[in-house]
Amino acid sequence: MSLLGLSAKNVTTRETGAAITASVSAALRKLGYVGFVLSLGVFFSISGAAFGAGTYLSSVRQTELIKLVRNDCGSCHGIRLTGGLGLPLTPQALKGKPAKSLVTTILFGRPGTPMPPWNTFMTEAEAAWIVENLLQGFPDVR
Amino acid sequence: MFGRKKLFLLAFLALQGCTSLPLRGTGDLGVVIERATGSVQVLDTTHHSSLGQISGLGDLSHASVNYSRDERYAYVFGRDGGLTKLDLLQNALVKRVMQSGNSIGGAISQDGRLIAVANYVPGGVKIFNAATLDLVADIPAIGANGKPSKVVGLVDAPAQRFVFSLYDAGEIWVADVRDPAKPVVTKYPNIGKEPYDGVITADGRYYIAGLFGEDGLALLDMWNLSAGVKRILPHYGKGEEKLPVFKMPHLEGWAATGNELLVPAVGRFEVLVIDQNSWKESGRIAVHGQPVFVVARPDNRQVWVNFATPYNDTVQVIDVPSRKIIKTLKPGKGVLHIEFTPRGEQVWISVRDENRIDIYDSETFEKVGEVKADNPSGIFFTPRAHRTGM
Repeated sequence: MSLLGLSAKNVTTRETGAAITASVSAALRKLGYVGFVLSLGVFFSISGAAFGAGTYLSSVRQTELIKLVRNDCGSCHGIRLTGGLGLPLTPQALKGKPAKSLVTTILFGRPGTPMPPWNTFMTEAEAAWIVENLLQGFPDVR
Repeated sequence: MFGRKKLFLLAFLALQGCTSLPLRGTGDLGVVIERATGSVQVLDTTHHSSLGQISGLGDLSHASVNYSRDERYAYVFGRDGGLTKLDLLQNALVKRVMQSGNSIGGAISQDGRLIAVANYVPGGVKIFNAATLDLVADIPAIGANGKPSKVVGLVDAPAQRFVFSLYDAGEIWVADVRDPAKPVVTKYPNIGKEPYDGVITADGRYYIAGLFGEDGLALLDMWNLSAGVKRILPHYGKGEEKLPVFKMPHLEGWAATGNELLVPAVGRFEVLVIDQNSWKESGRIAVHGQPVFVVARPDNRQVWVNFATPYNDTVQVIDVPSRKIIKTLKPGKGVLHIEFTPRGEQVWISVRDENRIDIYDSETFEKVGEVKADNPSGIFFTPRAHRTGM
């Protein structure tokens, strides 16, 4: 099951309430009742992680991901994510970019550029968590 | 009378103050970058100790260091465009200027009077008086396509020149700074797509840029500039699957072993051997991961290699004559840099996640010491002061 569609829909829209309604009704139409219940569960677990409530990603894993972003993404994008050989990843720099495409970029890289795919290092949900936090201003390691 | 006595006392105390630091040289010193905290530690390679920490250096991601020719001052280039001059003898920050929005490294001129900084934003090279850090010249990197470009691979070259590459424009520029205020720039366009770093051989003769956007390397013979830039290893990687690269390899410290150059492959778990006469590939050495630094011991007998994530807990040692891996070390997660003592009997390795520098004997591979450091990255020892391209 793809977690990507729902989480992306959820984080791209500025009006979170509207996004929830839209994604829930879209899911309902597409999937029917069973699909809806399933997707609802996925939705809430993702949104918990995405909004930093820690219900989906353990704090240990969150710390690992923060370190990965600061250190490994940071080798091109800067430890402060203000850019380097890679583009800046600050909230201002990412403003207006669809979260879904950012998640895709993290997982599958950008062919033709140095940006590699990171899908062997993390799940879709974890990439969505990273994107959500990048858009809000990424936390520090400590 | 009392006033005069007091004055004498003050003068005496002041003199005491000046001489209270023991007299010492700096040839066995260095610095390690603590990038998360924006600080450096001054290191003593004789006593395996830290002489103190200097903080307030800003964003030190990908920071690098050059030394004054008297090996007393360190120039630290920060990611945030900060250029900081440190006094190793006083453990002090002498001066700091914010010279751009985003920079990648620098170089010191052959005569030691000029510091050049390679900038991403705005793309170009700025040149400073090494004594005062006053701006002397500004060379914006506008490519032949009219667009600004990030600058990478900035090195010094004999005859008071700086050489650097334009990442976005795919050009190599040579700036003659004999008249510092009026640099004379010779441009070599169309050298290949996305040069991501550059290196100059220790004799200052060959400048080589690594290309990310296509196969091969770009070579400029500084003894024969009119021949222009030629492509070497043109077929490297052709027909093979392009592999993702989880950390850009560094060309600095490239092992020149007389007739051969050992260089990191891009993406592949290999170190390449290049025949320096024909500039053709003469071998590949399989290694543990994607190589980042491929550093020759000063005698060129050994080459030490570290790796990109997720293999960055490992260091491998290549025996150059046999091209065999003779040792695999596991210092810990986040091995970021390798620096040899001046004559190579020991090697210092920064282990980021262990908050430690490990010191190894380069013959026995025994660990002989360690120094604590906060998320250490680059280690730079003062003998770099007398090496072209460092």
